[in-house]
Order: sequence, then structure tokens, then C-alpha cells
Amino acid sequence: MAVKSVLVYSEDGELALQLLGKGRELADKIGAELVALAIGPRRSDPDRFVEHGADRVIVVDDPVLSKFGVEPYRAAVLRAVKAVDPEMILVGATKRGKELAARVAAALDTGCMTECFHLDVDGEGRLEARRLTYGGSTVATEVSKRRPHMATVPARAFKKLEPSPRKEEVVELDVEIPAPLVEVVETRQKARGEAGLEDAPVIVSAGRGFKEKGDLRLLEALAEVLGARIGCTRPIAADLGWLEEWIGISGHKVAPRLYVACGISGTIQHAAGIRDARLIVSINNQEGASIHEMSDYSIVGDLYTVLPALTKALKEKMK
Amino acid sequence: MVLLKDIVDLNELKMDPSTRRPVVERVKRRISDVDKRALEAAIRLKERHGGEVATLSVGGGGTRTAMLEALAMGADASYIVNDGALAGIDSLATSKVLRAALERVGGYDLILCGEMTLDSLSAQVGPRLAELLGLPQVTYAKHLELVEGGLRAVRDLEDVDEVVQVGLPAVVSVVREINESRIPSLMNIMRAKKKPTEEWDAAALGLSAEEVRAGSSVEVLDIVAPLVERKRVVIEADTVEEAAEKLAGAILAERVLEG
Repeated sequence: MAVKSVLVYSEDGELALQLLGKGRELADKIGAELVALAIGPRRSDPDRFVEHGADRVIVVDDPVLSKFGVEPYRAAVLRAVKAVDPEMILVGATKRGKELAARVAAALDTGCMTECFHLDVDGEGRLEARRLTYGGSTVATEVSKRRPHMATVPARAFKKLEPSPRKEEVVELDVEIPAPLVEVVETRQKARGEAGLEDAPVIVSAGRGFKEKGDLRLLEALAEVLGARIGCTRPIAADLGWLEEWIGISGHKVAPRLYVACGISGTIQHAAGIRDARLIVSINNQEGASIHEMSDYSIVGDLYTVLPALTKALKEKMK
Repeated sequence: MVLLKDIVDLNELKMDPSTRRPVVERVKRRISDVDKRALEAAIRLKERHGGEVATLSVGGGGTRTAMLEALAMGADASYIVNDGALAGIDSLATSKVLRAALERVGGYDLILCGEMTLDSLSAQVGPRLAELLGLPQVTYAKHLELVEGGLRAVRDLEDVDEVVQVGLPAVVSVVREINESRIPSLMNIMRAKKKPTEEWDAAALGLSAEEVRAGSSVEVLDIVAPLVERKRVVIEADTVEEAAEKLAGAILAERVLEG
């Protein structure tokens, strides 16, 4: 009988190692070997993959693969799938990884679970996952019923293994790689300043507790002291038009180290956007507001007096 | 051809306090936000270059009503696959139903959709259709224009914006940054009801609903609102200054302001 396998691929080297960490665990559970796929010319990868848990590395290289194109990369993944007939395939959930995984899944006539932050094997050896749904407000538990079982995995969902020296087996596969169907005319590096709310390390945010637009200066003063970006809830942007972008289920999903919610009640719609914040601090005059339950520290009080006092206190302490 | 899914209005979504499960019955259904922006992009192309915009949905009983908004925005016709036996199918099975419907309608130059629908967040239908139809795909488009020989798009990737050009027909998925979708006028809302809508069940498309269901791979076992684990410390103090002082101290002690 052929050896079972779990195949992992990401064009992001660090994410590939995290996939190997999880892949090792899944492979051990189903008695399979762990196979890493390296596409394109980065030749240092095979050693690293083996150090981080792969039993075998498959290399597919071709001049066309020096740049990512979904059709050529799809062909490379399908070639590896044909070679090892995997039980499971994990793909890094970068934007490119997600479109690639969907293409591969369609070609293999199988399902795929997107952006899984939890993966396990169920009693029947199938892949079971947990992932966000409903705009990020709920967690769905899903099971894949067809093999190969496929999932995409976001960065930092799983830990890579400590590197350990192992004997490597690297197999290079020959394959006809088709040319991409889409022509890349130009690639523009995004300026760092363009990084949006998603990447802001500190965010101070306004809700309906603000009575008028001009009052946002209280928030601006706090933002200046903290070096923070300013965010808001949906009504402030979509209904009142005081700010352009909002945070929440239909807006930005943020993950700052510090999130300061001012005059925000804490609907599930807003909660879905701030779940990944490391520390949530809130100021709201309603004692029963939901935001207090989703905060690490909160003050039940009037933001019109608390905000200036907090700005002053932080300014002094941060000198 | 714009692919639109009607989903529960996420702005109205509530959780059952005892089960922590989302309440989806009797909640208004609306076109998923990013899909609606794909429609807006299609209507803008039509306004500039002519042509027709049709919408295609795999939905249920509420879909027809939800799609009136698309017709009011400027779509010319709406096609709906409405078959109770298809409820809950995954992206694999959905894309096969869409393929059958697209073959039935035919005559499209461009298939547009949102990068993902906001209920399932699976981001697969666009690429899956490109695979099934053998068409080129352009994902994550934040700008579109028709040019000599096809379509030019700016793709919004993590670290770069990628300008691409592709021949038509093609499958294009858009990101929410592409535009703000229009709010239809009352007049256009009235007119929408007179625009053509065609509904099919699976059999009308030559599909067996049982086979489609059986071919669905991913099954949702449960959906719950996650419990939030937070410290939930409410700062107690006699004066506002004291409360602010304590909160500032707590923030600094958590070391979240250090690189």
C-alpha cells in the first residue's frame, strides 16, 4: 500500500514553516509522511523544510515559476499532488495562496476550508477545522468529507517546530508548466504609509457617545500622545460621515497592541472587528454597555471628562 | 454577469444569548457587501462602454426580493437558482451550479464577483469558476478598466499593487476598496420590479439536486459566537482624574506601547 501523506505549500517561507508545524501533528495522527512543496527557484528552502518537520521535499522548478502566476503555480501543485496522492493539503492563506488553493481544489473536485485557525483529525480521519464566519463574528466548526482534504491557514495560526537536523530527501519533479493567462504589466510596491488601520499598532476609536463631529478633537489629542490611528464604529462613518473608514463586521478588522474604545457600546458587529486586539480599553458612561465585557480595562464615565484626563495622565507618564 | 449572494444583513445580526448561535431566521437578507461593489463596478463599465449587466445568484426564498436592489442599482436582468434541496452546499458544489447556470445564460464577456461573501468568507467561488470554465482569473481587483484587447485591473495584494491585463472573457473578483456602491433612487426602485427575473430549480439546469448535494464536501457542524477572554477590570476611583491616572498606569504596565 502506498504511503499516506500530508502535503503543505506556501509561497511565504515563514508561513510554510508554520504549516509544517501543524502538518507534522496531523501527519503523525493519521500515520502519514509530511511532504513540503517548494515551487520556483529558492533553493535554500528544502533544507529548512526538513529541519522544521518535513519527511520529504518536492521541488518543482521552471523559469515560468520565478514569478507567481496562478495558472503555472496551479500546475506545479497539481503535479505534486499527482506524485504523492495526499490525504490532506494545507496551503498558506495569503491572498495568492487562497486563489491558488481554490483553483487546485476545483481541479481536484474537492472542498477547501478557508483561513482555518484550528485544525484536527476527526474519528474518521477527516480534516476538521475552525474558522471565522459571518463577517468574523462567529466561529464555524467544519469538516471536509472528500479527499484530498484541503484547508488554507493564515499566518501565525500555528507555531513552527524548533529546527532539528534531519536527513533530507529532496525529489525534483519535472513538469510542463503552462504560461500564465494574465499579463502582469506593472508591480507597484505599497508605501509603508499606505498601511491601513489593519496594521496600526495603536488605535483610538469613536462611537456614538460623541455628540458632534467637532468633539473628535478630544480623540485626536489622545491619538497624538499615543501615536495612534483613529478609527470608529459604523454609524460614525457610514451614517454620520464624520470619518471615512470604520472598524467592524462590514469594515476593517484590526489587530493593534492597544485599542481604546471611546463612547462605543460594543455591538457584535463592532466586536468582530477588534477581536484580535491585544489590549482593549474602553470608556463608556453606560454601566451595562457590552463594551465593558469585551475590555481588559474600562472606565464607566463620561468621555468628555475622562478623555482629556486620560490624555493628560498618559502625557505625563510617558515623558 | 455579476455573481451576487444574498446573506443575512450583518448589521442586523444578533446572537441567541443562551446558545451563542447567530439568529438567522426572519432576519432581513441583503446582497453581500463586496458582491454589491462588483455589481457597482459592472454598472460603471456599462455606463462608460455600453452593454448589459445581468446578475446570477444561487439562493432561496428571499433572494428574489434581495435582488430587486441590484435591478434598482442598474442591473438589466436577474437570474436566480432557487432550489430548497441546494441549501447549505459548499463552494465546490455552488460553483458547479453557477457553471450550469452560466452555460444556460451564455453570452457573457466578463464574470464579476466579490472576493468573498461575508457570511461564509470562503473566497473560493471566483477562482473555482475560472477553473471550471477554463477562463483566466483576476482576483482582488480594486480598479478596473476596459482597454484595447481586454481588461486592465489593479490587484490589491498584501505588499504590492499589481497591474494586470487580460483578454475576455475572464473571471474577475473585486475587493471592497474598488468603489462605494450607489444607493438607488425611489424611481429606480419602482422600475426594478418591472425588470426581468428568471428563476430555475436544479432540474431546470439539467442538474440533480441530490447529486449536487452529495458532491458538496465541506459540512458546517456548528457556528457559535466565540467567548471573549478579557480581563474585564472596571477602574474604580473617586474622581475622573484618579480614574484616568489608574487607567494610564494600567496601559503602561501592559507594555503595549513599546515597539
